[in-house]
Amino acid sequence: MAASSNTEVLESNKPTEELASAVIRFAGDSGDGMQLAGTQFTDTSAIFGNDVATLPDFPAEIRAPAGTVAGVSGFQINFAASDIHTPGDEVNALIAMNPAAFKAHIDDVQQGGIIVVNEDEYSKINLRKAGYPEDYNPLDDEKYETKYRITKVPITRLNQEALAESGMGAKEINRCKNMFALGLIYWLYQRPIDTTVKYLEDYFGKKKHLPAVAEANVKTLKAGYFFGETTEMFPVRFHVARAPVDPGRYRKIGGNEATAMGFATAAQLASKTLVYCSYPITPATDVLHSLAAMRNFGVKTFQAEDEIAAMCSAIGVSFAGQLGVTGTSGPGLALKSEALNLAMMMELPVVIINVQRGGPSTGLPTKTEQSDLLQALYGRNGDSPLVVIAAQSPGDCFDTAIEATRLAIKYMVPVVMLTDGYIGNGAEPWRIPEASELKPIEVKHPVHEEGKVFQPYSRDENLARPWAIPGTKGLQHRLGGLEKGHISGNVSYDFENHQFMTDLRRMKIEKVAQDVPDLHVHGEETGDLLLVGWGGTYGSILTATDRARAAGKKVACIHLRHLNPMPKNLGKILKNYKQVLVPELNTGQLRLILRGKFLVDARGLNKVAGKPFLVEEIEQAIEIMLAGKLGDREYLTPRLHKVDLDDQDIDLSKFGINAARI
Amino acid sequence: MTADAQLNVLKLKPKDFASSQDVRWCPGCGDYAILNQVRRICAKIGQTRENTVFISGIGCSSRFPYYMETYGMHSIHGRAPAFASGVKLANPDLDVWQVTGDGDGLSIGGNHLLHVLRRNFNIKILLFNNRIYGLTKGQYSPTSEEGKKTKSSPMGAIDMPLSPLSVALAAEASFVARAIDVDKNLGDVLERAAMHEGSAFVEIYQDCNVFNHHAFEYATNKDSKEDHILRLEHGKPMIFGKDKDKGIWLDGNRKPRVVELGKGIQADDLLFHDEHDESLSFLLSRMTYPEFPEPMGVFYQIEDECYENLLQKQVDDAIAAKGKPDLQALFSSGDIFEVK
Repeated sequence: MAASSNTEVLESNKPTEELASAVIRFAGDSGDGMQLAGTQFTDTSAIFGNDVATLPDFPAEIRAPAGTVAGVSGFQINFAASDIHTPGDEVNALIAMNPAAFKAHIDDVQQGGIIVVNEDEYSKINLRKAGYPEDYNPLDDEKYETKYRITKVPITRLNQEALAESGMGAKEINRCKNMFALGLIYWLYQRPIDTTVKYLEDYFGKKKHLPAVAEANVKTLKAGYFFGETTEMFPVRFHVARAPVDPGRYRKIGGNEATAMGFATAAQLASKTLVYCSYPITPATDVLHSLAAMRNFGVKTFQAEDEIAAMCSAIGVSFAGQLGVTGTSGPGLALKSEALNLAMMMELPVVIINVQRGGPSTGLPTKTEQSDLLQALYGRNGDSPLVVIAAQSPGDCFDTAIEATRLAIKYMVPVVMLTDGYIGNGAEPWRIPEASELKPIEVKHPVHEEGKVFQPYSRDENLARPWAIPGTKGLQHRLGGLEKGHISGNVSYDFENHQFMTDLRRMKIEKVAQDVPDLHVHGEETGDLLLVGWGGTYGSILTATDRARAAGKKVACIHLRHLNPMPKNLGKILKNYKQVLVPELNTGQLRLILRGKFLVDARGLNKVAGKPFLVEEIEQAIEIMLAGKLGDREYLTPRLHKVDLDDQDIDLSKFGINAARI
Repeated sequence: MTADAQLNVLKLKPKDFASSQDVRWCPGCGDYAILNQVRRICAKIGQTRENTVFISGIGCSSRFPYYMETYGMHSIHGRAPAFASGVKLANPDLDVWQVTGDGDGLSIGGNHLLHVLRRNFNIKILLFNNRIYGLTKGQYSPTSEEGKKTKSSPMGAIDMPLSPLSVALAAEASFVARAIDVDKNLGDVLERAAMHEGSAFVEIYQDCNVFNHHAFEYATNKDSKEDHILRLEHGKPMIFGKDKDKGIWLDGNRKPRVVELGKGIQADDLLFHDEHDESLSFLLSRMTYPEFPEPMGVFYQIEDECYENLLQKQVDDAIAAKGKPDLQALFSSGDIFEVK
């Protein structure tokens, strides 16, 4: 690891406690700048050399009523001296900028954990807004005092005092208090502040032309840092050493950003113009933002009038011979389904990215879920097979986008790429690839051969039809959604042909399996329990499996990137274990497919609580499975961070609903 | 051979734009006349088959691309503008035509029509208006007259019909025109549309002789049509009638009135057509039979930048400002740290 630049403020007289990893969470009102504090802490830790994993958590309303629990915005970072795959289960340190943030997050903090509160905000009125009873202040509650290490810091006042000479108004000054808190936490965890100083100077100073604001933020950041050192409130500081990682150049990357870069890269590998057609939708909009800023990479973005138009225009792009891609989230995929089906029928290469969010309907737009798998696989009229692949981590979105494009072009087929709100908004260190080492994507456009009639639905060895593009002399042809005659591509109502073409479209997707690598089993080849995951749950499943294996249990896991077609060795692997557990952030969509396809008695761990799995939840499910306690239950659901066999039946009476138990 | 003669040999004829597919519209359908005129105009203005793309949605008119020996897409209901936009985004050099109908373009696809027009993609949009749903066998459409009795409106339609041209003008279209399937003006209007740089919207009155026969009898009957239509000519007074004895005059309240020429009113007193006058074009779009003769020809035309060119320019400008695309630079944006 190259030496990171140190700053003079690193000197300290306080004792240091060495930690292998730490999970901290910034929480405050959605206007308090918690996302900025969190991303800055992440950047700093990544550059410092820790492995990091993040979980931003923000309300669906941009400005929910200030001070309420609904308006709380949080950002969790797990940073470690070793390889980590999740943002962490329990919070070691919580920074609660107001009572609502305290109320919303206190239950996630480990016993004995550190809580830093901005005590200035614990006024009567704010306590009421947070929904606490009259004359109650959690800071005076003995139950919390004994359970946690609570430090009360008058952040609002200290920030005001630090910036008293700044010449800014009270409102502007107050907006800087997140940087005071960040400075304090930097001190507590021995982080250098220079990355954030540079960011503030670049962002406020150079980009926004507000040098006074930049200066004020830097000043209060330092004030927070020095406060930690000077005051007697913190007897000890912590240190998390650098993680041993492969040599190379690294940067921090977010999932949506990686997706955007992946498509921009794929287009260049295919020597195509990327035209990204999209309609704003949470949590996929950042892909559009990222690509809109890449005009100088030849990228065109088109903000369509709706989801349908975004899909249709992407198909138009591909028909005309460039790379058409669209992005959305669950409800948008529903709107796109008719056009997506047309692309399947016309056999054009187009990629649809779905950053899944909580459903059904509008659901939980800012929260994560994996409940669009069946929609992606089957959500169209008729028999409509297409390729579905899923990314497993923020950085993996880059590779998945390239693979999606490669498959779409090679097989002339729409590809749905699934990510989710967790990996889309999450971030991790990413080893920068060598552009020259990336394999080009082969594109074939036919040209006219004298005396030969062009057959738009003829096939190559992969069953792909030719991608003949407008502007090519002699290859004029018409595409459409009506059934196509084999070879000629002319409209055909012939029954035998329809049977044949339906089979052929299915066989073509099966053919894609030749490009799907065999699954790698993490753990022993046979054993008592196999965990099967897909998509963004990779980190927590892997971590839980490793912990079970370290405890001597015969547990292994596999992770599916290819949902359609599935890897050829999947069926065989499933039979090598006594039990199969499928943890998913839905009510059992992959489980349904595995049971149907492979006749395997797969059981589920299913959660739709707006958050990724805690490692602990999967560990508990593993224990229950191995102890043979699951019985005939098809699945388990964690409730309140716990998987408990006694708490599996839904008791509606808890919610005041008088219903007979099912 | 002279160069001109050589050019004549190479030049495509209307039949060269006919695909091998049998045309399957009902015998006597107005679509045949439109198809022939479109093929004729494509040949006349020297379009090439390989650079031409016809895109349609769903409906009788949307079968059109199958009958053109060009590139084509018979897409899904109402969405043709979005597919056509995508084609132009990918390749601004293609000649893109969109064929739609009153149901496809104004009902299920109304939203897309607004946006393709306001963005001013260089796309020719032909809306075949037969005031009925033909493919589904005769239900009222967004342009069916109030009170129209159909199988889905046995007691009469209670929907207020809309004017496609008023909609197009409100959506900031840069070229708006109207023609009739069997009238001599269709070719002229199509040629003007084809030459226009930008979104060209052409409403074509089209007879559905099975489910709404004679809907435009007033505008097509040889003996009486000239009394019911107004042939627009830029810079000319608005005169109409078999004997050219009637005109459109604006009264003191800026309301159009039908007047007879000669009785104290001269041609110079009449309204003069100005294709570049937005409010005049809207006024014309509101004139309907039987109160008024219905205007035919080019209502409105202005020069404006096309979306696909503006976008391409942004890409070119960005590359000029920031240098040629380099993947390695893209990957390395943001804060980098090195592990040795």
